[in-house]
Amino acid sequence: MEKTSKFAKIYLALVFIILYAPILYLILYSFNSGGTMNSFDTFTWEHYAAVFSDTRLIMILINTVIVALLSALIATIVGVFGALGIVFMRNKSLRNSILSLNNVLIVSPDVVIGASFLILFTMIGVKLGFASVLISHIAFSIPIVVLMVLPKLQEMNSSLIDAAADLGATRKDILTRVIIPFIKPGIFVGFFMALTYSLDDFAVTFFVTGNGFTTLSVEIYSMARAGITLTINALTGIIFVVTLLLVIGYYFVSQRGKKPVGLGVRK
Amino acid sequence: MQNKNSKSIYSVPYFVWILLFVIAPIALIAYYSFLDLSGNFTLDNYKNFFTSVYLKLTLSSFWYAFLITLFSLIVAYPTAYFLTKTKHKQLWLLLIIIPSWINLLLKTYAFIGIFGLSGPINAFLQVFGISEQQILFTDFSFIFVSVYIFIPFMILPIFNALDKLNPSLIDASKDLGASNWTTFSKVIFPLTINGVKAGVQAVFIPSLSLFMITRLIAGNKVITLGTAIEQQFLVTQNWGMGSTIAVFLIIFMVIIMIITGQREKGATSYGKNK
Repeated sequence: MEKTSKFAKIYLALVFIILYAPILYLILYSFNSGGTMNSFDTFTWEHYAAVFSDTRLIMILINTVIVALLSALIATIVGVFGALGIVFMRNKSLRNSILSLNNVLIVSPDVVIGASFLILFTMIGVKLGFASVLISHIAFSIPIVVLMVLPKLQEMNSSLIDAAADLGATRKDILTRVIIPFIKPGIFVGFFMALTYSLDDFAVTFFVTGNGFTTLSVEIYSMARAGITLTINALTGIIFVVTLLLVIGYYFVSQRGKKPVGLGVRK
Repeated sequence: MQNKNSKSIYSVPYFVWILLFVIAPIALIAYYSFLDLSGNFTLDNYKNFFTSVYLKLTLSSFWYAFLITLFSLIVAYPTAYFLTKTKHKQLWLLLIIIPSWINLLLKTYAFIGIFGLSGPINAFLQVFGISEQQILFTDFSFIFVSVYIFIPFMILPIFNALDKLNPSLIDASKDLGASNWTTFSKVIFPLTINGVKAGVQAVFIPSLSLFMITRLIAGNKVITLGTAIEQQFLVTQNWGMGSTIAVFLIIFMVIIMIITGQREKGATSYGKNK
């Protein structure tokens, strides 16, 4: 056991190094006064200054965050009720086909989603821009929320609901005081997965965005195609720090939220 | 469940979503695949697809996706397994997920620098007297970067499956005299196969459709089905042909889903049956 755990540590360390090296590499060169990512000249903040003085870039950043938060929030609400709808469905074959339909957008390639949404939006006349991007992000985030919430719902003993009902709880009480607290960890994970999907998305946005509206991914794509700009590196630095802060916050929230639930369940 | 009806009212947006954003888009893609450039009904797009150009493209696309999935799995399974053995496993898992929160375009962009002719990898090789290598714009760089991007999505489902595994099963297997390898191949792996399948789904199908990485890292040398669709939709504006390729991509997707599909019987629906 000792031996394997040492090997495990080295293996994990290697994976972590490879996962983080490119990001740290980008951040390191964001402080490079020379214009390249090859040789480090002297330390400078100028690329960060360039990011903050570029109002267009700042607007794109804000757009990206707004789309991510809004789409994750709406997708979580729709997804949680969708999962409830699926769980309480009595017709088994209908439930299974709904589940398969749910998974379609998760396994669909981004390009197909992007292309089909582009056709859809052009057909029903949604103007390409903020609205089309937001709607697309909501649409492809809903199934992941359902998938994260569903196992928690299935794990829940249905006699808990019966007990609550027998004790005189209204349907609203059952939902807000029995079901929601129980599936809360799943809801959190779903929300954050939806955030990740939205922030990470490039292909779908690339298809459905119009001329006036850009998210960070699409902007970086056009910047990277033009060549190396250390402004992108500075941007990475900022995003990385913000992400870390968010994650630390999320970790504390989920740790705090876990204890009461964890005690109530089997473990 | 007498309160079934009131619950389904709240679920309405979800079912509307299924109609509008799952069923309708597929129907539209299917419809457009029968249209030519001027909007007339035609079967030419399908005829075109079965020419050698597109068949070759499909095959090579599959080959790359297969390699990417394979390498992701090889790296991800041990990682997930060791992660479940760590003390603060949720924290470590979070650390695995953080890089996936950094925009994938940024990560891809990093590799343009790292693999560049005067980048750190080449500098490192030169220490050993190996002359400058063209790493960017090769199959290797394409597969490496893709695996790098997809790995968290492979680790996550496998981790969840491993985490759910009852540890007493492993103890039992060891008590009964099974070696570590036997325990792994006869107990751990079969019981976590659903996580592996989910991971394969999460990696293989997106790999078929990558187009950003092919453009930035493989320099248009690798053409996947995704690149072809993007080309038809956004460059040539031939939505019909693009839709036809998309139809085939969807067909492949369904086949893969059936192969890696999880049975909805037994454990998952225990709440209803018992």
